Amino acid sequence: MADISTTKVSGSNRLATGWTRSKSTLQRQGPLIALVILVLFGAFRYDNFFSTYNFLTVVSYNTTFGLIALGMTFVMMTGGIDLSVGSLAALCSVVAALASPFGLLAAIGAAALAGLIVGLFNGWVIAWLRIPPFLATLAMLLAARGMALVLAKDATVSVNATSDWAGLSQGILFGIPLPVFLLLAYAIGSIVLNLTRFGRHVLAIGGNEEAARLMGLPVERIKLAVYAISGVLAGLAGALLAGQTFTGSPNEAVGWELTAIAAVVVGGTLLTGGMGSVWGSLVGVLLLGLVFNILNFENGFGFISLGVSWQSVIRGVFLLIVVLVQSRLTRAKKVRLGQEPSGP
Amino acid sequence: MAKLDPATTTVAHRFVLPERLRNFGQTYGGLTALLLIILYDILFRPHFLQVQSLYNDLQEVAPIAIIATGMTLVIATGGIDLSVGSLMAFAGAMAAVIFLSPALSNIPLLGNMLALIIPLIVTGLLGLFNGFLITRFRIQPIIATLVLFIAGRGMALVLSNDKLQDFNNPGFQFIGQGSVLGVPFQVILMIIIVAVFAVIMRITTFGRYVLATGGNEAAARLAGIPVNRVKLAVYTISALLAALAGFIIIAINSSSDATRVGLNGELDAIAAVAVGGTPLTGGQASVPGTLIGALIVYLIGATLVSQNVSFGVAQIIKAAIILLAVYFQRQRKG
Amino acid sequence: MNQSDPLLQMEHISKAFPGVVALVDAHLSVNRGEVHALVGQNGAGKSTLIKIFTGAYRRDSGSIIFDGRAIDFQSPQQAQNNGISTIYQEINLVPFRSVAENVFMTREPRRWGFIDWRKMRAETATLLKRLSVSIDVTQPLMNYNIAIQQMVAIARAISFESKLVVMDEPTSSLNEREVETLFTIIRQLKADGVSVIFVGHRLDELYAICDRVTIMRDGRTVDVREMKGLPKVELVAKMLGKDLGEVRRHGQTSFEVGQHHVEQEVLLEARGLRRGRVLQGASVNVHAGEIVGLAGLLGSGRSEVARAVFGADPLEQGEVRVEGKQVHFHSPADAIHAGIGFCPEDRKMDGIIPYLSVRENLTLAALPTLARNGIVSREKQQEIVDHFIRRLGIKTTGPEQKIRELSGGNQQKVLLARWLCLNPKLLILDEPTRGIDVGAKAEIQALIEELAEKGLGVLMISSELEELLEGSDRVVVLHDGQTVASLDRQDISLNAVLAVMAHGDDDNSLETANKEEDVQHGEA
Repeated sequence: MADISTTKVSGSNRLATGWTRSKSTLQRQGPLIALVILVLFGAFRYDNFFSTYNFLTVVSYNTTFGLIALGMTFVMMTGGIDLSVGSLAALCSVVAALASPFGLLAAIGAAALAGLIVGLFNGWVIAWLRIPPFLATLAMLLAARGMALVLAKDATVSVNATSDWAGLSQGILFGIPLPVFLLLAYAIGSIVLNLTRFGRHVLAIGGNEEAARLMGLPVERIKLAVYAISGVLAGLAGALLAGQTFTGSPNEAVGWELTAIAAVVVGGTLLTGGMGSVWGSLVGVLLLGLVFNILNFENGFGFISLGVSWQSVIRGVFLLIVVLVQSRLTRAKKVRLGQEPSGP
Repeated sequence: MAKLDPATTTVAHRFVLPERLRNFGQTYGGLTALLLIILYDILFRPHFLQVQSLYNDLQEVAPIAIIATGMTLVIATGGIDLSVGSLMAFAGAMAAVIFLSPALSNIPLLGNMLALIIPLIVTGLLGLFNGFLITRFRIQPIIATLVLFIAGRGMALVLSNDKLQDFNNPGFQFIGQGSVLGVPFQVILMIIIVAVFAVIMRITTFGRYVLATGGNEAAARLAGIPVNRVKLAVYTISALLAALAGFIIIAINSSSDATRVGLNGELDAIAAVAVGGTPLTGGQASVPGTLIGALIVYLIGATLVSQNVSFGVAQIIKAAIILLAVYFQRQRKG
Repeated sequence: MNQSDPLLQMEHISKAFPGVVALVDAHLSVNRGEVHALVGQNGAGKSTLIKIFTGAYRRDSGSIIFDGRAIDFQSPQQAQNNGISTIYQEINLVPFRSVAENVFMTREPRRWGFIDWRKMRAETATLLKRLSVSIDVTQPLMNYNIAIQQMVAIARAISFESKLVVMDEPTSSLNEREVETLFTIIRQLKADGVSVIFVGHRLDELYAICDRVTIMRDGRTVDVREMKGLPKVELVAKMLGKDLGEVRRHGQTSFEVGQHHVEQEVLLEARGLRRGRVLQGASVNVHAGEIVGLAGLLGSGRSEVARAVFGADPLEQGEVRVEGKQVHFHSPADAIHAGIGFCPEDRKMDGIIPYLSVRENLTLAALPTLARNGIVSREKQQEIVDHFIRRLGIKTTGPEQKIRELSGGNQQKVLLARWLCLNPKLLILDEPTRGIDVGAKAEIQALIEELAEKGLGVLMISSELEELLEGSDRVVVLHDGQTVASLDRQDISLNAVLAVMAHGDDDNSLETANKEEDVQHGEA
C-alpha cells in the first residue's frame, strides 16, 4: 500500500519545512543565546556586574515586569493584547496600600482580587461584546488609572508598613527571595501551557480561531480566562510595586504594558498568537532588563551617554525587528496552506 | 462548498437595537448629543458662555480635532494609527530643539520656519514608515503603528535630552496662543483642516479611493484603484496632522514636555471618530462627524471637571463612553 | 436496527433563507459502507444539504434519520459526537499545533489531570498507521503538505469513531499519487463499514471511487444512480439540467442566433497560461466583435484565466498579447489602461463597494477621466450615471441609493456600466447573469450582443449552457486548467460541449458524444 510518508514532499514544500525547522530553532533559542552572550559580556567588562547589589537591582526591578509579561504571554497567544496592565498595576498598588493595615497577605490578596475583577471585565468585553482587544484594553488603560486616582483620592497612599513589608523592598517575601516566586510563577505557567488542555486550547485559538470554534473549543470562556490571568498577575505586580516603594501611587507603572509586549515578542511568542513560549518571555524580560543594565554601566563609564529615554526607543526597535521577522514566518505559513499565492 | 459560517454556528447572543432607533441614531445622534451637552453646560456650568471660557475650550479641543481628522482617514481605509500621540510628542520636541538651538536662536524667523518645516517632514516620513510596514510587509495596522507608539515618545525624549524645554517664542507660539480677529489661531487651523479634508473626502478622487479601499479592498483593486498608494497616503497624512497638533500643544504650554505631549492622544482621536459616527471597520467616513465627536468627548470631560467631578472619575466615564460608542456602532452594522 | 437499512436517510428537505430558497425538495440516502458521490453545480444546494445534517443549519422541513434514529443536530460538535465527521476543503485544523494535538483537540488524553503526551502521540501514530501514514506526529501540522494534512483530518474523524465521513472537494489540492493514496484510505474506511459522502466535480475521480451518485440541481435532488454504467455525458447533462434527446436552440436566451460580424483583428491572444495547480497552459483568443464563450466544469480554471488576463493575479508562465503587442499586466490598473474591463464572478466579494452609492460604484473605475485636478466633476458624473441608468434600465430609487440595496440584477448592471463608461475594447465577463432574475438576465444578454455588434470583444464565462451556446461565436472549453477544444459556431452543439466538458482531452470525445447521441435517437 502506498505510504505517503515516504513520498517525497514536493520541492518547494521541503525547502519551506527545512527553513521553518531551523528558523524556529533559532527563534526559540535565539533570545537565550543573546542573554548568555550579554551576561558573559557584562561579566568580563564590569567589575561589579555579579555583585549582589547589581543582581538584586536587575532582578527585583524585573520581577514586576516578569509577572506582567507572563500574563501578557497568555493573552497574546490567543491573538489578543492587553494594553491595560500598566494602569492596572498602578491601581492594584493603591489597593494593596489601602489594604495594608490588614497585613501583607491581605494586601497581596486584595491586589490580586482587584486585578482579577478588572481582568474578567476586559475578557467579557472582548469575548462577548466582540470589541477589538486593543480598543477594549486601551479604554481600560484610561479607566484603571482613573479608578486608581479615585481610590487614592488624587494623592498617594502610604503603606502601613510592618516588618514583612521591609523585606519586600529588599526583594524578600516571607523570607523567600522574590526571584523564587517568579520562577515558581513561570513554572506553573509553563506547566499549564504544556500539560493542560486549557494551555493547548489557548494556543489553538490564536492559531486558527475559526477552526478552534468548529472543533468545539469554548472560545469565549478561554479568552475570558486569559484576560483574567493577565489581570491577576498585574495585580500581584502592583502589590510588589507598593512593597518596593512603600506607597500605592496612581502615577506609577506608566508604559509597563509596552515593555511587557516587547519582552514577550522578543521571547518568541507571535504577536498574532498561536505559537509561543512561557520561558521565552522570561528570557525576553531578562534580556531587555540586561540590555538596560549594561547601558547603565556604559553610561557610568562615560563611553556613551544614553538617557532613560533610549529605553523605549530600544524596545521599539526590538519590536520592529521581531515583527518583521515574524511577518515572514506567518507569510510562509500562509503560502504553504495554499491561502496566498507565492508571488509578491 | 463554502466554509461553515461561524455566524450560524456559534451560540453567542447579540442584542440588536430596533431598526428605527438605529437609523435615528445614525443620522442625528451626534448632533443631538452635542446640543444636549451644550444645553446642559449653559444651564449648569458657570461662565460657560463667557468668551474666555469658550476660548479656552476651543483652544483645548483644536489639537484633538486635528489628529482625529487624520485618524478618520486612516480608519476609513480599514486601518488604525496608534502612533499619533507619540508622534505629537516627537514633532513638538524636535521643533523646540530646533528653534532653541544656539545656531538659530539669533535668527528667530529662520529658526521658527525650520522648526515648522523640518519636524513636519521627518514626522511625515515616520507616517510613511507606518504605511510601508502595512503595505509592503503586510503587517496589521495595530501592530505596525504599535512600533512608533512605543518608540516615538522615546525618540522625542532622546531629542530633548530627557529635559523639559521651556521657552518664550512668540513667533512660533502664535500657532497656539495667537489669535486672528479674536479667534484662537489653532481653532482657525482646525476649521481649515476639517473643512479641507471634509471636502477632499467628498469630492476628490482620492477621497473616493479611500472609501473604496476600506469598503472592499479586493473590489477596489479590481477597479484599478492603487490601494497601496492610498494607504501610504493616509498614514502620512495622519502623521503630518499629528505633527501640527504637537506644535500647537507645545505652543500653548510654552514648553515641550515629551512625556506629556499627546499622552493618550490616540485614544482621544479614536474616541472622537467612533462617537462621530465613522465605523471602525472602514468604508465610510464623516470628517464633520468626527469634529462633532471630538467636541462631545472634550465637552463631557470639561463638564465633568466643572461639576467638580474628580479627574479620576472623569477618566472612567470617558473610557466608558468610548466603549459604548464602539459597541453601538457595531450594532449599526449588524 | 436492520443492517441493510440506509445509514443516512434525508427526505423532502427544504430550507429557505431571507431572499433565496436553497433547498426545495431534496433527498439523500446513503447506505452503510458505501462511498456516495454528491454532485451539482454552484448553487445546486449541496453545501446547504450537508450543513443541515452536520448540524450547521436547521432544516425548515423534511426528515432525517441517521443510524436508525431521527436526528436534529444543533451544532457541528454534536454531529461529530454522534458519528458524523466533516473534512472541509480548507482543512479546518490549527496549523501551528502538532499533528497529535490536532487529532485530539478537545479530547486530549489525560493522566492525573495533566495531558498524557505519550499516549496522545502513540494513539495518533496508530490512527495514522491505519491510513498507511507514518510521520512524526510531534511536528506542527503546517510542516506537512496538504495531502498529509488531509490525512490528519481523516484521522481525527476516525478517532471520533465516525460512521459517516463527509469529504468536501478533498482532491482539489492533491496530485495524482496523493489522490491514489486518499482513495486507498477511502476504500479501507469502506471495508471498516464507514460510509463516505464524496463531494466533488472531477468526474474521473468520482467514477473511480464512488458507488452511487446523488445529482442535485436548483435545490432539488434530480437523480440517484449507480456510478457503474452511467455514461459521463448523461451525468453532466443531468447536473446541468439538459435532456440529451432535446436540442432546443431557439428562444432560450435573448441572444439572437446568427453570426455576429467578427473582425479579423485579434484583440486578445493568451497562450500557455500557468499558475499554481489550476492553470496548466490554458489559451484563449478573442477577436473584435466576437463573443467567445469559456466553458468548463467547476475547477477547470475559467475564472483563473480571466483574472490572470486582467492582471489581477500574477502569472507564472504564459504570454498575453493585446492587439498584437505583448503585455505584462502587473495590476488591474494596467489592464484597464489597455482597454480591458472585468466583471468578477462574485459580485459581493469582488465587485461592489457595499456602502457606496450607485453613482460612486458606477463611476469608480472612470474617476481619473471624470476629474480635473483631482476634483471629481459632479456634473459629468451625473451625466454618465443618468445615461447608464436609462440605457441599461437600472432599477434604483436614485443614483444616491446604496448599491447593497439593489437587487442582484441591477447591481450587475451597475458593474457592467462601470466598464462601459470607459469604452473598453475587450470585456471579460465571469458569470454575468448568475443569481439574476429572468427579466434582467434577458436585458443583460441583449446588451452583451449589442456591444459585440459595435465591435467590442467579449470573453464570457458561464455555467449556463444555453447562454454559452446561443451567445457565443466560438466556445473554448477548459478542462483541468488546459484548453481542450475551441469550437466554431457551426460545430457548437450541446452534445459536443457536454462531451468535451465531461471527457476532457480524451481522444474521440466528440466521436463518443455523437455515438451516444445516435444511440439516444435510435432508441427514441
